Amino acid sequence: MRGPMLIALLAMLAGGLARAHGAPAAAHAHSAFGAAGPAHAATTLRQRIDGCIACHGPHGQGGGSGGYAPRIGGKPAGYLYHQMQNFRDGYRAYPLMTWMVQYLPDAYMKEIAAYFARQNPPPVQPQTPMASAATLALGHRLVTKGDAQRGVPACMACHGADLMGVRPDVPGLLGLTNDYINAQLGAFKQGIRRTREPNCMHEVTARLSGAEIGAVSAWLSAQPVPPGAEPAAAGSVKFPLRCGSVVGDR
Amino acid sequence: MRRKIFRGIFVLAAFGLVFVAWAVWVSGVFRHGSVETAQARRSSPAAAAVATPTAWKEPQFASVVARGEYLARAGDCVACHTARGGQPYAGGLATPTPFGTLYSPNITSDRRYGIGNWTEEDFWRAMHDGIAPGNRLLYPVFPFTHFTRISRTDVDAIFAYLRSLPPVARRNTPNRMPFPFNQRSTLVFWRALFFRPGEFKPDPRQSAEWNRGAYLVEGLGHCGMCHSAYNALGAADANAQLAGSLIPVQNWYAPALNSSNELGLGSWTTDELVRYFKTGVSVRGAAYGPMSDVVFHSLQYLSDSDLQAIATYLRSQPERASPSDQQRVQVSPEMAAELAQQGRQIYVNHCAQCHQLDGRGSGLQYPPLAGNPSIAMQPGTNAIRIVLLGGFQPGTKGNPRPYSMPPFAQLLNDHDVAAVVTYIRQAWGNKAPAVSPAVVTRFRQVPVE
Repeated sequence: MRGPMLIALLAMLAGGLARAHGAPAAAHAHSAFGAAGPAHAATTLRQRIDGCIACHGPHGQGGGSGGYAPRIGGKPAGYLYHQMQNFRDGYRAYPLMTWMVQYLPDAYMKEIAAYFARQNPPPVQPQTPMASAATLALGHRLVTKGDAQRGVPACMACHGADLMGVRPDVPGLLGLTNDYINAQLGAFKQGIRRTREPNCMHEVTARLSGAEIGAVSAWLSAQPVPPGAEPAAAGSVKFPLRCGSVVGDR
Repeated sequence: MRRKIFRGIFVLAAFGLVFVAWAVWVSGVFRHGSVETAQARRSSPAAAAVATPTAWKEPQFASVVARGEYLARAGDCVACHTARGGQPYAGGLATPTPFGTLYSPNITSDRRYGIGNWTEEDFWRAMHDGIAPGNRLLYPVFPFTHFTRISRTDVDAIFAYLRSLPPVARRNTPNRMPFPFNQRSTLVFWRALFFRPGEFKPDPRQSAEWNRGAYLVEGLGHCGMCHSAYNALGAADANAQLAGSLIPVQNWYAPALNSSNELGLGSWTTDELVRYFKTGVSVRGAAYGPMSDVVFHSLQYLSDSDLQAIATYLRSQPERASPSDQQRVQVSPEMAAELAQQGRQIYVNHCAQCHQLDGRGSGLQYPPLAGNPSIAMQPGTNAIRIVLLGGFQPGTKGNPRPYSMPPFAQLLNDHDVAAVVTYIRQAWGNKAPAVSPAVVTRFRQVPVE
C-alpha cells in the first residue's frame, strides 16, 4: 500500500509531469535502481534531468546560462534528439552540452527529447530589437521571402509558415534570443555547427553576409511566440532543399 | 693540454657510444623472434590456423572473434582509437600530453590507413614490445607497458577481432610533437630506462581469481595509466603503483586505489565494486569524468566473474599512507574559516535539496558527500569540477536512465564555488583542506576535447 501512495505523491510533486513517465520507469525496474526499492524506480524523468533543467528550465523555456540557453520546450522531438547526438558527435560545439550528453544511451536521449517536445512553455516577451527599421525590414524580407536570385530560400519555406518548425526534425525559430540565433547562423556559415550531409543550413548561410545574418536574427528575436502555437504536422511542408538534418524517425 | 682535451672527448664519446649501444640493445629494437615469442606462438592454437586476413571472417573463427571483441572491450581500445563522432577504431582522437599532442591511429582492417597489412606477428610485437612494423617505436601513450603482460592467445584474439571489422579509409592525423619528442629514436633511451617486456606471471600464492584480476588490472585494463603516478619523463613510478595521480593536461585527479584515505577500496564489498563497475553508480558515489568513459565503453560489458576478479585484486592492494601533499592549496586559516561559513549557506540554498542537510545524499541517485572520498581526497580538483559542471551519471545497461546534477558554473562565481567546496570538504567529519577561489578559475574550462 505504501509503495503506490509514494508513487502518487511523487507524481503530484512533479506537477503532473509524471503522467507519461510511469510506464517507462516501471519498464526499467531491472535497472540498478530496481533493487533499491519501488520509490526509486517510479521517480519521474523530470527528477533525473536536473542537469538539463538548470539552464533550459523545467518546461524548456530557456534563459539560463546568462540568458543564452535556448528555448527548447515545444520544439519537435526529432530535432532535439539529433541535437543531443550532434553535441555528442562533435557536429555542434558547445562543450558544456557535449559534457552533459556524451555518455547517454540513444534511447534515453529520445526520451528526454520527447519530454521537452511535449512542453508548452509560457510565451516570452520578445526582445526589443537593437536594430534600425531598415535592418528589420531586410530581416523580415529574408525570413518571409528569401532571395531567389542568390538561391536563398525563405526561412519560412522550411521552418513553417508560422516559424514554429515542422515535426519531427525542423526547429521553430521563435522565442530565441538575438544572440543565440546570430551565433547559430554564424556557426553554420563558418562550418562550426554542422548537420549530416547535405548540410543545407551551411549552403544557405554561406550565401548571406554577416549583416544579413544580423538582420535575420534581429527580426526573428523581436517576434512574439503566439499562444498555443506549435510545430507544423509532419509531411505538411514541401521542403525546397534536401537536408541531412531531416531524417524522420531515425 | 690539447692532447688532454682530445683524450677527454674520446673517453666521453666512448662512454656515449657504449650507452647508446646498451640502450638500443635493452630497448629490444633489433630483437625480433625472442624465445618467449616463439614459445607464445606455439601456445596459441588460433595463430597457426589463420594465415590470411580474410580467413578470420569464416564461421569457424567466430568464437575467436567474439573473444577478441570481449578482450578489446576489457582493454577499452575503442575509447582512444575513435574520434568524436568518428567510425569506431578508425582513430583520430587527440591525446594531449606534456610532451605534445598525439592522435590515435586507425586500427581498422583498411590496408592503406589501418592495420590491414599487418601480420599476427606484427600485432604481437606492437602490443608486447611497443614496436610497430618498420621498427617504428611507439609512444608509451599507447599502453604497451601494460599490454606487454597480455598472453599471446589473447593478443591474437584481439587481432582477429580488429581484422574482422570493416576497413575504414581514414588517413591518420599526424602527431603534433615538438623537437626532440617528435624523434621516435629518442624512445630508445626511454625504453632502456623504463620498459622491460614480459608476459604476466601468476602469483602461485594467490587464488586464481586474484590472478585473473591482476592480469586484467595490470595488463589489458591498464588502470595504472591514470591511477599511478608518473615521473617527469612520463614513466610510471614503481613506488606509486595505483597510488593516485593527477592526469596530466586533463587535470582530473585519478584517486589512489590502495589508500584508505582516498577510495579505501578495502572497505567496499566485492559486490559493491562489481555493481559500480557494471552500472556506474553506487551508494558511495557515481562515476564521473574519465571514469565515466571507462564504465561506458568498457567495464559495463565485462562478465561478473571478471569484475569480481578485478574487485578482489583491487581490494587486496596493500594500504599505503596518505598520498603526496603536492596538490595542497595554501589558504590561510582565517580565509578557510570564512569560506566554510559562507559555503554553508550556499550549500543550504543549492545542494541540500538533493544531498540533504546532513550530507548523506539519497540512494543511488544523489551520492553522499559525507565520507565521500571524491570530495575529501587531497586535491580539490574533482570536487571543484563537479560543482562547476554537474553532469549525468554514465548511462549503462544497468542504469539506462541516469540521474544528473545541474552545472553551477553559470550561477556561482569563483569565490562561491571555493566556499561551498570548502564547506563540503570540512563538514560532517570530512577533513580536507580548504580550496582557494584562484584555483576555481583554472577549472572553468569544460574538459571535452
